[in-house]
Amino acid sequence: MIQILAFYLFAIVTIVSGILCVTARNPVHSVLWLILAFFNAAGLMVLVGAEFIAMLLVIVYVGAVAVLFLFVVMMLDIDFAELRSGFARYFPFGIALVALLAGEIIFAQSAWHEGGIQLSRAAPTPEGMSNIQALGLLIYTRYLYIFEGAGLVLLVALIGAIVLTHRKRGDVRTQKIAEQNMRRPEDAIRNTQPPVGQGVEL
Amino acid sequence: MIGLIHYLTVSAILFVTGVFGIFLNRKNLIIILMAIELILLSVNINLVAFSAYLHDLVGQVFAMFVLTVAAGEAAIGLAILVIYFRNRGTISVDDVNRMKG
Repeated sequence: MIQILAFYLFAIVTIVSGILCVTARNPVHSVLWLILAFFNAAGLMVLVGAEFIAMLLVIVYVGAVAVLFLFVVMMLDIDFAELRSGFARYFPFGIALVALLAGEIIFAQSAWHEGGIQLSRAAPTPEGMSNIQALGLLIYTRYLYIFEGAGLVLLVALIGAIVLTHRKRGDVRTQKIAEQNMRRPEDAIRNTQPPVGQGVEL
Repeated sequence: MIGLIHYLTVSAILFVTGVFGIFLNRKNLIIILMAIELILLSVNINLVAFSAYLHDLVGQVFAMFVLTVAAGEAAIGLAILVIYFRNRGTISVDDVNRMKG
């Protein structure tokens, strides 16, 4: 019974916050609704026994992606009111299109589900093993190369983001390491013997 | 009794919410990126639900890879957004015609 309640709670909050995310007036609110949607989707995943993916969702999405969005929204000085023009114009047609699409998808999967296969209640984890252990066994054996590829994707994204947003600024004095290392004592120090009563010419 | 169909319905509604968001906010690039995140989240829910349904852990492995790609996509997308804003002073999608495509 409590599982059913939990499912409906998580599902309804996920959907409502998703809708509020795309319709919110203020983009900061939008990001916050997105975070709520991610949290509740993680709850949905815990319910079917995918704890590791749920925790990954919280860490990666809420901890990294949503905070990145929040930073960008707050950093850029954007006139969001101007960007919302046309909102009302697209609304009725958008609702109609989306209702059609949702009806189609739900109808299709209901029809598919009538095919007669029963949903199994157990989690796909083998007996006597936790979800993370079983996932690790799969990732580091059969899917090792794809796993490495995923790491490569993240590396490319990291370097790409830095390369794209880095800019050379002309108005700051930076350290020139090569020039510092090439410097010899003869270039830097000069011995003089000034006569008494006279200064040194610099 | 909660079945696979319930999960698929939640995922479908979340997916069309994302599509609706792209449709509705076609000028605001940040909301469009967030709507894409919603769509990828619905894909992840689908993968995890089918993983539970089919007693096969591979669905969760693939959900992890989708998560990786989503994180990379968000990082690159926001980086492009920032340099675009720095150069043009706007993020309106209608004005994106630099490459004359």
